[in-house]
Amino acid sequence: MSSILLETKTDSEALLMGNDAISRGALEAGVNVITGYPGTPSSEIVEQLAKVAGDCNLYVEWSVNEKVALEVAAAGSYAGLKSMCVMKQVGVNVAADSLLHIAEYGTRGALVLVSCEDPGALSSTNEGDSRPYAKMMEFPLLEPGDFQEAKDMAKWAFELSENLCNIVMLRSVTRLSHASGNVIMGELPQSDPEAVFEFNGTPMDQMKGPILAFPTLVDPLRRRQQEKLSKAEAAFEESVFNTYTGPEKPELLIITSSVCQLYTKEALSILDLQDRVGLLKLGTTWPLPPKLLGKYLGVCDKIFIVEEGTPFLEDNIKAMAAEKAKQVGIKTFFGRKDGTLPPVNELNPDILIEGITSILEIPFQSVSDGYKAKAKEIAAVGAPVRELTFCPGCPHRASFWLIRSALKLDNRSGFLCGDIGCYSLGAGPCGFSTIKILQAMGSGMGMASGFGKLDQFGMSQPVMAVCGDSTFFHAVLPALVNAVHNQSDMILVVLDNSGTAMTGFQPHPGSPAGATGMKLPMLDIEKLCCAIDIRVEVSDPFDLQSTREILLDLLEDSGNPRVLILKQPCALSPIKKGSKMYEMSIDVNLCLADRCGCNKLCTRVFKCPGLMWDTLKGKVQIDEVLCAGCGVCANVCPTGAINAERVR
Amino acid sequence: MENTLRCDPYNLIITGVGGQGNVLASRVVGDMMIHQGYRVTIGETFGASQRGGSVMSHLRISARNGFSPQMPEGKAHMVVALEPMEAIRVLAVYGNPKVKVLCNTRPIQSVGVICGDQIYPELKQIIQWIESLSEDVRFFDTTKEALNLGSPIFGNIMAVGALSATGDLPMSLKVFEKVISKKIPAGKVETNLKAYQIGKGLV
Repeated sequence: MSSILLETKTDSEALLMGNDAISRGALEAGVNVITGYPGTPSSEIVEQLAKVAGDCNLYVEWSVNEKVALEVAAAGSYAGLKSMCVMKQVGVNVAADSLLHIAEYGTRGALVLVSCEDPGALSSTNEGDSRPYAKMMEFPLLEPGDFQEAKDMAKWAFELSENLCNIVMLRSVTRLSHASGNVIMGELPQSDPEAVFEFNGTPMDQMKGPILAFPTLVDPLRRRQQEKLSKAEAAFEESVFNTYTGPEKPELLIITSSVCQLYTKEALSILDLQDRVGLLKLGTTWPLPPKLLGKYLGVCDKIFIVEEGTPFLEDNIKAMAAEKAKQVGIKTFFGRKDGTLPPVNELNPDILIEGITSILEIPFQSVSDGYKAKAKEIAAVGAPVRELTFCPGCPHRASFWLIRSALKLDNRSGFLCGDIGCYSLGAGPCGFSTIKILQAMGSGMGMASGFGKLDQFGMSQPVMAVCGDSTFFHAVLPALVNAVHNQSDMILVVLDNSGTAMTGFQPHPGSPAGATGMKLPMLDIEKLCCAIDIRVEVSDPFDLQSTREILLDLLEDSGNPRVLILKQPCALSPIKKGSKMYEMSIDVNLCLADRCGCNKLCTRVFKCPGLMWDTLKGKVQIDEVLCAGCGVCANVCPTGAINAERVR
Repeated sequence: MENTLRCDPYNLIITGVGGQGNVLASRVVGDMMIHQGYRVTIGETFGASQRGGSVMSHLRISARNGFSPQMPEGKAHMVVALEPMEAIRVLAVYGNPKVKVLCNTRPIQSVGVICGDQIYPELKQIIQWIESLSEDVRFFDTTKEALNLGSPIFGNIMAVGALSATGDLPMSLKVFEKVISKKIPAGKVETNLKAYQIGKGLV
């Protein structure tokens, strides 16, 4: 097994995931420094580049959060190196403050920000669209439309950044990042860069001066920044990534970007409308190329704008059409805003077919009504929705079981603030609906810090927060410091499963190694908490009895912030995978089934996927395929019918 | 290149439950096609949906050009289901009277079923439903065969083997061996070749 990024020869073709194509493009551009914070659908980019760090002389880092990741990458650029910073859409918000200042000053070595976004919130708590940052903070934005473009535009983003001396953003979406297609490889350059930070020039000497965002420098810096944007605009007029296909005088012009171009092409091909509808695909979406748009806005009066996310292109093209009204005439626009496309959620070829047929008033049917109705009817009873759940043997199931029962026993309407990770599922049935607030990275702890100060207004509910070990370092630590300093009455439970599990075990500052596998010092969460003078307890969530006692004691000890670290590696972690701690079995004589007062506590409430209810025998059963042998259910059963025999 | 696809684009869906090796199966088929000069697009659902949820890969295989990673409704030519209930879920959106199905009969109960909120339909009933929604369907218990090989995970490669036996796509053992050798550690190649052959024998 070698890396897909290096094994394919120049000019030959491979099946690459969009994220791998972006990584390969960065390598072809000669990238030196790569940073990021894991987040679906972006994580594979840094992961794959970390694997070839030794072969290609790269510095690859999983940073503590996206803001720091961008700053580390910017340092690379300021030292003259080609740098790339990778994150999911929400990360851009975390990095935004630094991003504004980096864009205002500009860059030295190329600096590319890759934002992989998640329209439809397939693996997110939001549908964030980062493109408006490009407009708001005045830097160029690229959106690849397929897998080849993902590679080619990633490479081009570096050239552009180097030519303009400013940061360039490359925006991908889940259906590109996590989909795969044919990519023809380009050449990998040989380079031997030397890093030096020059600071002896004047502050406005972009290459050799100190990098300062002083109030008195803002005016000249912003003027310089806008000149760069004008240069980008001129380059975009000629870009090969902006293409038009269709007749000279179409009945309808579709303007699109990103993976939507594939949906649109497919819709037009299914409807056989390639001779009637024009398709302008934009790869460069900020700044918009005014001459190019002027030319195509003139070809017909009906304009349909198709994009993933907010009506970013739609609003900006409408503004441009207003400026150019004399030249291009009055247009009728279709898109997200007039309801031709749904105002939220990701697009697909079927939604495009519906939009196009409604504008052109064409009838269309994909399959017969009879088949469709029958299939829907069968699916309604035959394929009930599979709720997401914790894996068999997941420590979070035990942790939420404990937190929920402790809050119930405490009986003061206590509640739990959640955070971002696998354990967000603690808000759902598999986590016994224990989490009552779930928003952004670190926000559970911040809010708990707030709730814990409301006693002066009569609030008497116990307040708890949970976070994972990676999230602890990312954004929880400042909120915890806030709670300590302000003496907030709350309990933080750190679900330490030894890695950034949700996104595939990327290391974090508490891990023994970095992105490339190099040994690094581990920061100890317990010691950090001790250092800020907070009561901290450590327990194993699989040890239900002693953890419950600690939790109840922490609930009693009110008045200050307290921390409980629940340590147990993720069931899928490389150190655990495949090996069982216990061999589980059922003593059918002890399982009283319907006669037991527990009313199937194990499968009805605890509901680990490793358990099954045998309806014929009326007894619980172990699913030998799924059971991970964590042993927890043995302590859940009130009659002791579930046996756990130690195997390691 | 000789185009031996039954249809162009050939639309294949591989479906199952998170953890069954859906992604590897789709990659292997995709790589086998690319190896022979075809254009392939694979659209995959992973991320949060891995945690016990339904997963699905859309493969679009063509001798001409790349297609959307999301297949349009009603356009599947073949559905390979690693779990029977998932076959129905896929057919409800992407099925059509001409679709073919290869289906593992071993159910994976959802949390809803485990806790008694949902009912997992009788296998007999599921088989009948799938038959009524497809032109041709083959059922087999790849999980049982895979457990005999040492782990349920081999079910995905068996399903790929079964797909090769339909003759819809140009899939030879030789190409499979080439592709799988690049994807997994050398020590595991032989068992995967065995799994592929067993799968082939199931159809």
